[in-house]
Amino acid sequence: MTQRERPLSPFMHYRWQYTNTLSILNRLTGLFMVLGLPLLVYWLAAAATSPESYEAALGFLNAPVIKLLLFFWLLSFYYHLFSGIRHLCWDMGWGFEKSVAQKTGWLVFVSAIVLTVLTWMCMSLHIYVNANGGLV
Amino acid sequence: MSMRSPMSKVLGLGAAKQGSHHWWVQRVTSVALALLAPWFLLSLIALGDVSYASLTLWIAQPIHSVLLSLFVVVVTYHSQLGVQVVMEDYVANKGVRMVTLLIVNFALLLLAVIGVFSILRVALSVSPAIHIQMGLE
Repeated sequence: MTQRERPLSPFMHYRWQYTNTLSILNRLTGLFMVLGLPLLVYWLAAAATSPESYEAALGFLNAPVIKLLLFFWLLSFYYHLFSGIRHLCWDMGWGFEKSVAQKTGWLVFVSAIVLTVLTWMCMSLHIYVNANGGLV
Repeated sequence: MSMRSPMSKVLGLGAAKQGSHHWWVQRVTSVALALLAPWFLLSLIALGDVSYASLTLWIAQPIHSVLLSLFVVVVTYHSQLGVQVVMEDYVANKGVRMVTLLIVNFALLLLAVIGVFSILRVALSVSPAIHIQMGLE
Protein backbone atom coordinates (compact mmCIF):
# COMPACT_ATOMS: atom_id res chain seq x y z
CA MET A 1 0.00 0.00 0.00
CA THR A 2 1.45 3.38 -0.94
CA GLN A 3 0.80 6.57 0.96
CA ARG A 4 -0.78 9.21 -1.22
CA GLU A 5 1.13 12.50 -1.31
CA ARG A 6 -0.76 14.93 0.90
CA PRO A 7 -1.00 18.64 0.06
CA LEU A 8 1.27 20.86 2.14
CA SER A 9 0.29 24.05 3.90
CA PRO A 10 1.71 27.04 1.96
CA PHE A 11 4.24 27.93 4.66
CA MET A 12 5.74 24.41 4.46
CA HIS A 13 7.07 24.94 0.96
CA TYR A 14 7.60 28.68 1.07
CA ARG A 15 10.96 29.29 -0.54
CA TRP A 16 13.34 31.68 1.21
CA GLN A 17 13.78 34.65 -1.09
CA TYR A 18 14.68 38.33 -1.18
CA THR A 19 11.11 39.53 -0.46
CA ASN A 20 10.81 37.89 2.94
CA THR A 21 14.46 38.62 3.78
CA LEU A 22 13.86 42.35 3.26
CA SER A 23 10.62 42.22 5.22
CA ILE A 24 12.18 40.40 8.18
CA LEU A 25 15.14 42.81 8.12
CA ASN A 26 12.71 45.72 8.42
CA ARG A 27 11.32 44.22 11.62
CA LEU A 28 14.72 43.21 13.01
CA THR A 29 16.25 46.65 12.42
CA GLY A 30 13.21 48.25 14.07
CA LEU A 31 13.45 46.04 17.15
CA PHE A 32 17.20 46.53 17.30
CA MET A 33 16.78 50.31 17.30
CA VAL A 34 14.25 50.10 20.16
CA LEU A 35 17.11 48.65 22.23
CA GLY A 36 19.02 51.87 21.52
CA LEU A 37 16.29 54.17 22.87
CA PRO A 38 17.39 53.84 26.54
CA LEU A 39 20.84 55.02 25.48
CA LEU A 40 19.43 58.06 23.65
CA VAL A 41 17.38 59.01 26.70
CA TYR A 42 20.33 58.35 29.04
CA TRP A 43 22.40 60.76 26.93
CA LEU A 44 19.67 63.46 27.12
CA ALA A 45 19.11 62.91 30.84
CA ALA A 46 22.85 63.21 31.50
CA ALA A 47 22.91 66.52 29.61
CA ALA A 48 20.04 67.69 31.81
CA THR A 49 21.74 66.67 35.06
CA SER A 50 25.21 68.24 35.21
CA PRO A 51 28.39 68.74 33.14
CA GLU A 52 30.06 66.00 35.23
CA SER A 53 27.36 63.40 34.58
CA TYR A 54 27.38 64.35 30.89
CA GLU A 55 31.15 63.75 30.75
CA ALA A 56 30.60 60.37 32.41
CA ALA A 57 27.89 59.54 29.85
CA LEU A 58 30.18 60.53 26.96
CA GLY A 59 32.89 58.29 28.41
CA PHE A 60 30.44 55.41 28.46
CA LEU A 61 29.16 56.15 24.94
CA ASN A 62 32.73 56.22 23.62
CA ALA A 63 33.39 52.64 24.73
CA PRO A 64 34.32 50.43 21.74
CA VAL A 65 31.30 48.14 22.29
CA ILE A 66 28.90 51.09 22.20
CA LYS A 67 30.66 52.49 19.12
CA LEU A 68 30.17 49.17 17.36
CA LEU A 69 26.51 49.19 18.39
CA LEU A 70 26.18 52.78 17.15
CA PHE A 71 27.49 51.73 13.76
CA PHE A 72 24.85 49.02 13.50
CA TRP A 73 22.17 51.37 14.83
CA LEU A 74 23.09 53.78 12.06
CA LEU A 75 22.92 50.99 9.47
CA SER A 76 19.57 49.87 10.92
CA PHE A 77 18.30 53.43 10.84
CA TYR A 78 19.02 53.92 7.15
CA TYR A 79 17.71 50.48 6.26
CA HIS A 80 14.51 50.95 8.24
CA LEU A 81 14.02 54.46 6.80
CA PHE A 82 14.37 53.39 3.16
CA SER A 83 12.50 50.14 3.67
CA GLY A 84 9.75 52.09 5.43
CA ILE A 85 9.45 54.50 2.50
CA ARG A 86 9.20 51.45 0.22
CA HIS A 87 6.36 50.15 2.40
CA LEU A 88 4.58 53.51 2.30
CA CYS A 89 4.81 53.46 -1.51
CA TRP A 90 3.19 50.03 -1.51
CA ASP A 91 0.45 51.36 0.77
CA MET A 92 -0.31 53.89 -1.95
CA GLY A 93 -0.38 51.10 -4.51
CA TRP A 94 2.96 51.87 -6.16
CA GLY A 95 5.79 49.43 -6.87
CA PHE A 96 4.10 46.05 -6.61
CA GLU A 97 5.26 44.80 -10.03
CA LYS A 98 7.88 42.11 -9.65
CA SER A 99 10.57 43.98 -11.60
CA VAL A 100 9.98 47.24 -9.70
CA ALA A 101 9.84 45.53 -6.29
CA GLN A 102 13.11 43.78 -7.04
CA LYS A 103 14.79 47.05 -8.05
CA THR A 104 13.52 49.02 -5.03
CA GLY A 105 14.57 46.15 -2.76
CA TRP A 106 18.15 46.36 -4.00
CA LEU A 107 18.02 50.15 -3.88
CA VAL A 108 17.02 50.05 -0.19
CA PHE A 109 19.78 47.59 0.63
CA VAL A 110 22.60 49.31 -1.26
CA SER A 111 21.71 52.88 -0.31
CA ALA A 112 21.50 51.92 3.37
CA ILE A 113 25.06 50.58 3.26
CA VAL A 114 26.43 53.50 1.23
CA LEU A 115 24.83 56.17 3.43
CA THR A 116 25.95 54.43 6.62
CA VAL A 117 29.57 54.43 5.44
CA LEU A 118 29.32 58.07 4.30
CA THR A 119 27.76 59.20 7.59
CA TRP A 120 30.31 57.26 9.63
CA MET A 121 33.17 58.83 7.67
CA CYS A 122 31.62 62.26 8.11
CA MET A 123 31.33 61.79 11.89
CA SER A 124 34.85 60.38 12.21
CA LEU A 125 36.20 63.35 10.29
CA HIS A 126 34.38 65.73 12.64
CA ILE A 127 35.84 63.97 15.67
CA TYR A 128 39.31 64.09 14.10
CA VAL A 129 39.02 67.80 13.26
CA ASN A 130 37.72 68.67 16.73
CA ALA A 131 40.45 66.64 18.41
CA ASN A 132 43.07 68.56 16.41
CA GLY A 133 41.73 72.01 17.19
CA GLY A 134 39.64 72.70 14.10
CA LEU A 135 40.43 72.91 10.41
CA VAL A 136 42.65 75.98 10.61
CA MET B 1 -24.79 34.46 3.60
CA SER B 2 -22.85 36.69 5.90
CA MET B 3 -23.03 35.94 9.61
CA ARG B 4 -22.17 39.51 10.57
CA SER B 5 -24.77 41.80 12.04
CA PRO B 6 -25.64 45.03 10.17
CA MET B 7 -24.12 47.02 13.04
CA SER B 8 -20.84 45.11 12.81
CA LYS B 9 -20.73 45.74 9.05
CA VAL B 10 -21.35 49.46 9.46
CA LEU B 11 -18.72 49.88 12.17
CA GLY B 12 -16.21 47.89 10.11
CA LEU B 13 -13.97 47.25 13.10
CA GLY B 14 -13.55 43.48 12.80
CA ALA B 15 -12.79 40.95 15.53
CA ALA B 16 -10.14 43.06 17.30
CA LYS B 17 -12.60 45.99 17.68
CA GLN B 18 -9.85 48.34 16.53
CA GLY B 19 -10.45 48.53 12.80
CA SER B 20 -7.44 49.90 10.95
CA HIS B 21 -6.52 52.37 13.71
CA HIS B 22 -3.28 50.65 14.75
CA TRP B 23 -2.18 50.21 11.13
CA TRP B 24 -2.99 53.83 10.32
CA VAL B 25 -1.20 55.36 13.34
CA GLN B 26 1.88 53.31 12.48
CA ARG B 27 1.88 54.94 9.01
CA VAL B 28 1.28 58.43 10.38
CA THR B 29 4.12 58.12 12.89
CA SER B 30 6.39 56.67 10.19
CA VAL B 31 5.82 59.71 7.96
CA ALA B 32 6.59 62.02 10.89
CA LEU B 33 9.75 60.04 11.68
CA ALA B 34 10.87 60.04 8.04
CA LEU B 35 11.19 63.81 8.54
CA LEU B 36 12.21 64.07 12.22
CA ALA B 37 14.83 61.31 12.34
CA PRO B 38 16.93 62.58 9.39
CA TRP B 39 16.64 66.09 10.88
CA PHE B 40 18.04 64.81 14.19
CA LEU B 41 20.87 62.90 12.51
CA LEU B 42 21.80 65.79 10.20
CA SER B 43 21.73 68.20 13.14
CA LEU B 44 24.13 66.00 15.10
CA ILE B 45 26.47 65.78 12.11
CA ALA B 46 26.28 69.54 11.57
CA LEU B 47 26.86 70.18 15.27
CA GLY B 48 29.96 68.01 15.05
CA ASP B 49 31.16 68.47 18.58
CA VAL B 50 28.84 67.03 21.20
CA SER B 51 30.53 68.55 24.24
CA TYR B 52 28.30 69.57 27.14
CA ALA B 53 28.40 73.26 26.23
CA SER B 54 27.61 72.92 22.55
CA LEU B 55 24.93 70.24 23.00
CA THR B 56 23.03 72.08 25.75
CA LEU B 57 23.19 75.34 23.78
CA TRP B 58 21.87 73.51 20.74
CA ILE B 59 19.00 71.86 22.66
CA ALA B 60 18.11 75.13 24.35
CA GLN B 61 17.21 76.87 21.09
CA PRO B 62 13.39 76.79 21.07
CA ILE B 63 12.98 75.22 17.62
CA HIS B 64 15.40 72.45 18.58
CA SER B 65 13.71 71.78 21.95
CA VAL B 66 10.33 71.47 20.24
CA LEU B 67 11.49 69.25 17.37
CA LEU B 68 13.64 67.07 19.62
CA SER B 69 10.73 66.57 22.04
CA LEU B 70 8.50 65.67 19.09
CA PHE B 71 11.12 63.23 17.88
CA VAL B 72 11.36 61.51 21.30
CA VAL B 73 7.56 61.24 21.63
CA VAL B 74 6.95 59.99 18.10
CA VAL B 75 9.89 57.56 18.09
CA THR B 76 8.66 55.90 21.30
CA TYR B 77 5.08 55.77 20.00
CA HIS B 78 6.20 54.21 16.70
CA SER B 79 8.38 51.73 18.66
CA GLN B 80 5.43 50.75 20.84
CA LEU B 81 3.27 50.07 17.77
CA GLY B 82 6.03 48.09 16.07
CA VAL B 83 6.91 45.95 19.09
CA GLN B 84 3.21 45.20 19.60
CA VAL B 85 2.78 43.87 16.04
CA VAL B 86 5.87 41.66 16.35
CA MET B 87 4.67 40.31 19.73
CA GLU B 88 1.21 39.59 18.34
CA ASP B 89 2.77 37.71 15.42
CA TYR B 90 5.33 35.61 17.25
CA VAL B 91 4.25 35.24 20.89
CA ALA B 92 1.43 32.68 20.82
CA ASN B 93 0.83 32.51 24.58
CA LYS B 94 -1.69 35.21 25.47
CA GLY B 95 -0.51 35.65 29.06
CA VAL B 96 3.17 35.94 28.13
CA ARG B 97 2.27 38.34 25.33
CA MET B 98 0.19 40.58 27.58
CA VAL B 99 2.83 40.75 30.32
CA THR B 100 5.64 41.43 27.79
CA LEU B 101 3.59 44.16 26.12
CA LEU B 102 2.77 45.77 29.46
CA ILE B 103 6.46 45.86 30.42
CA VAL B 104 7.46 47.23 26.99
CA ASN B 105 4.70 49.85 27.07
CA PHE B 106 5.56 51.04 30.57
CA ALA B 107 9.28 51.16 29.74
CA LEU B 108 8.73 53.10 26.50
CA LEU B 109 6.37 55.58 28.16
CA LEU B 110 8.90 56.10 30.94
CA LEU B 111 11.64 56.73 28.35
CA ALA B 112 9.45 59.25 26.52
CA VAL B 113 8.70 61.18 29.71
CA ILE B 114 12.34 61.18 30.89
CA GLY B 115 13.45 62.27 27.40
CA VAL B 116 11.02 65.19 27.13
CA PHE B 117 11.63 66.22 30.75
CA SER B 118 15.39 66.26 30.14
CA ILE B 119 15.02 68.38 27.01
CA LEU B 120 12.79 70.85 28.86
CA ARG B 121 15.17 70.97 31.81
CA VAL B 122 18.09 71.84 29.51
CA ALA B 123 15.98 74.30 27.52
CA LEU B 124 14.72 76.12 30.59
CA SER B 125 18.00 76.19 32.49
CA VAL B 126 20.20 77.60 29.74
CA SER B 127 19.72 81.31 30.04
CA PRO B 128 18.70 83.28 26.93
CA ALA B 129 21.48 85.71 27.89
CA ILE B 130 24.03 83.05 26.96
CA HIS B 131 22.48 82.80 23.51
CA ILE B 132 22.78 86.53 23.02
CA GLN B 133 26.39 86.37 24.22
CA MET B 134 27.16 83.56 21.81
CA GLY B 135 25.55 85.53 18.99
CA LEU B 136 22.97 82.80 18.39
CA GLU B 137 19.97 85.07 18.61
